[in-house]
Amino acid sequence: MYAQMVQSTGKGVKSRAEMTEDERRFQDRVDAGEKIEPKDWMPEGYRRTLIRQIGQHAHSEIVGQLPEGNWITRAPTLERKAILLAKVQDEAGHGLYLYCAAETLGVSRDELTEDLLSGRMKYSSIFNYPTLTWADMGAVGWLVDGAAIMNQVPLQRTSYGPYSRAMIRICKEESFHQRQGYDIMLKMARGTPAQKRMAQDALNRFWYPSLMMFGPSDADSVHSAQSMAWKIKINTNDELRQKFVDQTVPQAEFLGLTVPDPDLKWNEERGHYDFSEPDWSEFFAVIAGEGPCNAERMAARRKAWDDGAWVREGLMAHAEKKRAAKVAAE
Amino acid sequence: MDENAALFEFLLRMGDNTLILGHRVSEWCGHAPVLEEDIALANTALDLIGQTQMWLGLAGEIEGQGRSADDLAFLRDAWDFRNLLLVEQPNGDFGQTMMRQFLFDAWHLPMLTMLAVGGHERIAEIAAKAAKEAAYHLDRSADLVIGLGDGTEESHARMQAALDLLWPYMAEPFEADEVDAAMTEAGVAPDPGTMRGAFMEKVGAVMDAATLTVPERRFAQTGGKSGVRHSEHLGHILTQMQWLQRAYPGAAW
Ligand SMILES: [Fe+2]
Ligand SMILES: [Fe+2]
Ligand SMILES: [Fe+2]
Repeated sequence: MYAQMVQSTGKGVKSRAEMTEDERRFQDRVDAGEKIEPKDWMPEGYRRTLIRQIGQHAHSEIVGQLPEGNWITRAPTLERKAILLAKVQDEAGHGLYLYCAAETLGVSRDELTEDLLSGRMKYSSIFNYPTLTWADMGAVGWLVDGAAIMNQVPLQRTSYGPYSRAMIRICKEESFHQRQGYDIMLKMARGTPAQKRMAQDALNRFWYPSLMMFGPSDADSVHSAQSMAWKIKINTNDELRQKFVDQTVPQAEFLGLTVPDPDLKWNEERGHYDFSEPDWSEFFAVIAGEGPCNAERMAARRKAWDDGAWVREGLMAHAEKKRAAKVAAE
Repeated sequence: MDENAALFEFLLRMGDNTLILGHRVSEWCGHAPVLEEDIALANTALDLIGQTQMWLGLAGEIEGQGRSADDLAFLRDAWDFRNLLLVEQPNGDFGQTMMRQFLFDAWHLPMLTMLAVGGHERIAEIAAKAAKEAAYHLDRSADLVIGLGDGTEESHARMQAALDLLWPYMAEPFEADEVDAAMTEAGVAPDPGTMRGAFMEKVGAVMDAATLTVPERRFAQTGGKSGVRHSEHLGHILTQMQWLQRAYPGAAW
């Protein structure tokens, strides 16, 4: 998913006795499944946690354009090029919806962008991995968008109205993303030996990073407990990861590809697959900025922002001139 | 010139323009100055690639050698490309990209509008569909050229530099050769020279509003639509665009 290890208040969930009158009334509304709207009273911790979570999600959509954008000019057919363009365009649109949702909490898109570029805010670890062959376009859609959907579908029911509505719009598009990815994988897995090799290689490289998308186990996390009480997090990371594995393994089998986990096996008793944990030290390194593509991704976003400064300033100056001329004419 | 051969050439010109420009515009993906522009540029590229599928698809049918739109896009070498030199020019900064887009759109829209009422039913159909998109592209690119031309001192200077750089490529679209003559004769397409008036009028109005100066006519750069002399850039575009198809011949994607 696109928001990982979002810090909440860090204080643990308050008991009803510890809550103020306002907090109690707020929690009752959340528990009753009511939507919280921007003008409603909300605890400061709720607001801040949401800004971090929605902001991180938005940044992920934006940075997420880069690994797929990497293949647009090399797409192998006109149709694939068009589909990939449409997909990456959707992701930019998702970023826009989410920044708008965050703005309702009193933080501007420019502020959030500055926080991303200065490294104060993060984006999903997954986008710090390189896309090396065309099969990676398949793997990203199938696995990365697939993992994102796992998280985003339940978030449609999140307590914050604007976030919930953004998720509903986003989810409509995400299933197309996953399908086009799987379709690429299918073509590759059924293709020439070279294509099959690309497909297997893509799965090898993207399997564990995809499992990392859900974040480390948060069964004991005070941050997650608070977020779940506020319904801005619906499932634990382990629940979602298990669901993802259970869904994805049969799809890999259908493709005739091998999941790169020798310990992967169906557990009859649990009714789930047993699987190996990813290397969490790698995850923490990536989060800390030491992943294979962190430097490039941030450099690309910074360059886009810096190179675009004169454009933004120019258009603002023009809008100001037009406004002044209109006032003068009145 | 045999009418079928001329028709094929003409369709390559239409399709190669949108293919190469669509490629260039798509290079921006994820790198635009604001998020709205990322979305808009991807959308423009998407429209252009969609138009390419229609033009090159029809070109393949007319040629009758069993070549698909993909075969034409991915398996021809530079000298067989028939796009205007303008569209293969590098993106440069955002201003240069938008100036190139505006100059193209200001030619493309009237061209499509004429083709839509021309004598070839299939071409007219494609043109009518593409014209709707081109009208939207032109509105947007004109707005941006005006906004940036009449913006800050810096944005003005950059837009003037972009216009100066690209203007020498704007004679080529209006020059007629035997392909154009055959198309005009068949009632399919207008004589390119007759569209210059409408183009200059639009350019004049937009540049006025943008406080930019159309340069004195300089030596015209030509050779793209005839394929006689492309720029060095086209080969690099094809190197990227065609790589998978060339490296793994016969694979289905
Ligand atoms: Fe998305
Ligand atoms: Fe995504
Ligand atoms: Fe997506």
